[in-house]
Amino acid sequence: MTMWVLRGLRNGVVTTRWPSRPDEYADAWRGPVTVRAGVSFSSEDVPPGGSRADQEADSGDQDLPSLCPTGAITADGEQVRVDQGRCILCGRCVARRPDLFTWSRGATGPRAAVPSRQALIVPGSAETDAAVEEARVALAQRVRALRRSVHVRHVDAGSDGSEEWEIQALLGPVYDVSRLGVFFTASPRHADVLLVTGAGVAGMRQSLRTTYDGMPDPKVVIAAGTDAISGGLLAPSDQGAGAVVPIDVWVPGSPPSPFCLLKGLLVAVGQLGGQR
Amino acid sequence: MTAVVRGEQAPGPSGAVIAAGDVTACWQLARSRIAAGQRFAGLFATGGGDVKALSVLLARPDGIDALETVLPPGATGYPALTPHVGAAFWYERVIHDLAGLVPHGHPRLAPLVRPGSPTDPSPGRHVEGYGLFTIPHGPVRSGVLESMEYLVETPGEAIPHLNMRIFYKHRGIAGRFTGLGAADGVLLAERAEGIASVAHALAYCHAIESIAGCTVPAQAARLRVVHAELERVANHLDAAARLCDASGLAVATARLALHKERVLRLVSGLCGSRFCRGVIVPGGVSGPPAMGGGDLVSAVGALERAVSADAESLMGTSSFLDRLRGTGPLTAARAREHGALGPVGKACGYADDARVARPYDAYPLTLPVSLPSAGPGPAGDALARLHVRWEEIGQSFDLIRAAATQLRLDDNSKLRLRAPCDPADGRGLGWAEAPQGEVIYDVTLSAGRIVACQPRSPSFHNLVLMHEVFQGDILTDFPFIEASFGLSVAGAAL
Repeated sequence: MTMWVLRGLRNGVVTTRWPSRPDEYADAWRGPVTVRAGVSFSSEDVPPGGSRADQEADSGDQDLPSLCPTGAITADGEQVRVDQGRCILCGRCVARRPDLFTWSRGATGPRAAVPSRQALIVPGSAETDAAVEEARVALAQRVRALRRSVHVRHVDAGSDGSEEWEIQALLGPVYDVSRLGVFFTASPRHADVLLVTGAGVAGMRQSLRTTYDGMPDPKVVIAAGTDAISGGLLAPSDQGAGAVVPIDVWVPGSPPSPFCLLKGLLVAVGQLGGQR
Repeated sequence: MTAVVRGEQAPGPSGAVIAAGDVTACWQLARSRIAAGQRFAGLFATGGGDVKALSVLLARPDGIDALETVLPPGATGYPALTPHVGAAFWYERVIHDLAGLVPHGHPRLAPLVRPGSPTDPSPGRHVEGYGLFTIPHGPVRSGVLESMEYLVETPGEAIPHLNMRIFYKHRGIAGRFTGLGAADGVLLAERAEGIASVAHALAYCHAIESIAGCTVPAQAARLRVVHAELERVANHLDAAARLCDASGLAVATARLALHKERVLRLVSGLCGSRFCRGVIVPGGVSGPPAMGGGDLVSAVGALERAVSADAESLMGTSSFLDRLRGTGPLTAARAREHGALGPVGKACGYADDARVARPYDAYPLTLPVSLPSAGPGPAGDALARLHVRWEEIGQSFDLIRAAATQLRLDDNSKLRLRAPCDPADGRGLGWAEAPQGEVIYDVTLSAGRIVACQPRSPSFHNLVLMHEVFQGDILTDFPFIEASFGLSVAGAAL
């Protein structure tokens, strides 16, 4: 066993220092699509050049919402908006209308984990920003008793399997969620946070609800990933897993990176404000 | 429809759809082909309303065929294939669940992917004896795992019988393809089995490319190989890490998790997504990698050195090997009879790797991939499956290096990464070797839209074998057996 002890020291410390120090990989992360700043459009807009990125026969349709397979794009009058809770990061809108759409950057930015569903619709307005801040404060109040250490119960409510890999990475040496006082538990009775992946498919509805009901108050529910937030590509809806249990924190991504999940956990325990 | 030739060198491996008459004739043909050495690879129902058809997938040495039989209009059932071809067991239960057809003569027609109703009789005990009880484990499991239920019948330690219920995660993927454009279907294929996104996307795109008769440009084919092999490395490292976790080797678990994280970061460095989403498209790839060939080769070299060093130490740790040796043995005869895919089959000496037998993309152009042999000890146990995974990881690194050095990315302007691929009508079969084994897609298009798409996941094909590998194993061996299979529940439940 000495061999393994020495081997474990081989690479030094590989754990990220986030949130106390910025992390390069987290900051370079390609997140859900956002609308370019200062952009407005009119229905006469024509896309620049003939993009050969898509060979679809019906490429004559210039309607903006039709670019998105999950209906994340809405265009009302002058403003085009993207619902990042529906974005599956397929990149079609970015490829076809790079003048309007671009990738967001950063796995720990203000939109990486939010305490209000409306906050995921970008660009937000001053009213939504105020409402989001109110939601964050209310959540922080509710979980004050949890202090800094929480136990998390994960439930897979119909994911594609990749979200579980990202959550498992939190238990590994690179992200090491235990240094932040977060631990995973098997029993809902011992859990403070319910981490839900997957859209809440029919087969898991009862089990997800039973797990939630078995958790004592105060409890926080995190919807991790686009499927959990809005059903994703398979069942585009407004609610995703929110149709089964009430959601408190939304973490978009398909799947969300471990940094996004870390941010989501810290927001859930009231540790982080919206701007860090 | 006649056979369509794919691949850069003609004639390459081909898929054909064969109309095989009525059900009895179709089953006769299938059985005679299986007796002649072809492998049963899937069975599913297509069509809606009154007219339904059944397709049997058979893998032959240089391609895959779908034998199709159209049922009489208004048919509610058909003579089951399972009594003759045991590997059809779960497939016919899915047909019953999703298409409503009754396979007459099926030995156990209980719901598999459709949640049962409260009035369904419970599965009941399969083994009788003093003190036997059933432990229901799942679907919400201890640990960060996909949802699935195991009904373990046990007198306390030994496991005479195991039942699996996978319907909890059923998402109805196959039905969702209908109506999508050919280019949009790849988005869904990527998310059918999220940890094998590349393989599913490849198999789907191969089906579309075979309908269109299009050839993927060489550079795109090499990039596809790079991503497919990186995905294989990540999956095998994950399986090995789970085995270490089950045996309590904390440092080994942490180190393998570190290497897997490096692989995922390498993938995101190449394409922006840790799971290579949005890269594989019909006709080629969506864009050039964000990393040059030289950087890729050196990153892979560093990764290989680190992984090999840890693998060598791990395979010299006797407490670890003791837990794997003789655990969860699958006999070679059963592997051959069932057509076990991927490392599960290879560990029993049964190998039918799609990259070798029915090559696609750049596999014929890079290194010849030699079939790994099972390691020392009784063949087919968890240790042999781990040996197979280490060998495959080594081969994957070699393949990535070979493809990356051939990737000429300096002259971006002349880089052709995507051939026009815009099929309107037709039916095609595509396949790829996922880390779990061979994945097959059977796609039918009409006016550029999908009318039917049936994915055949290797996790679904192999998972049923878990019933049979608990020979003399006890409850604490359970996580080793599950991890050594390395399957995805999302792919099994689809």
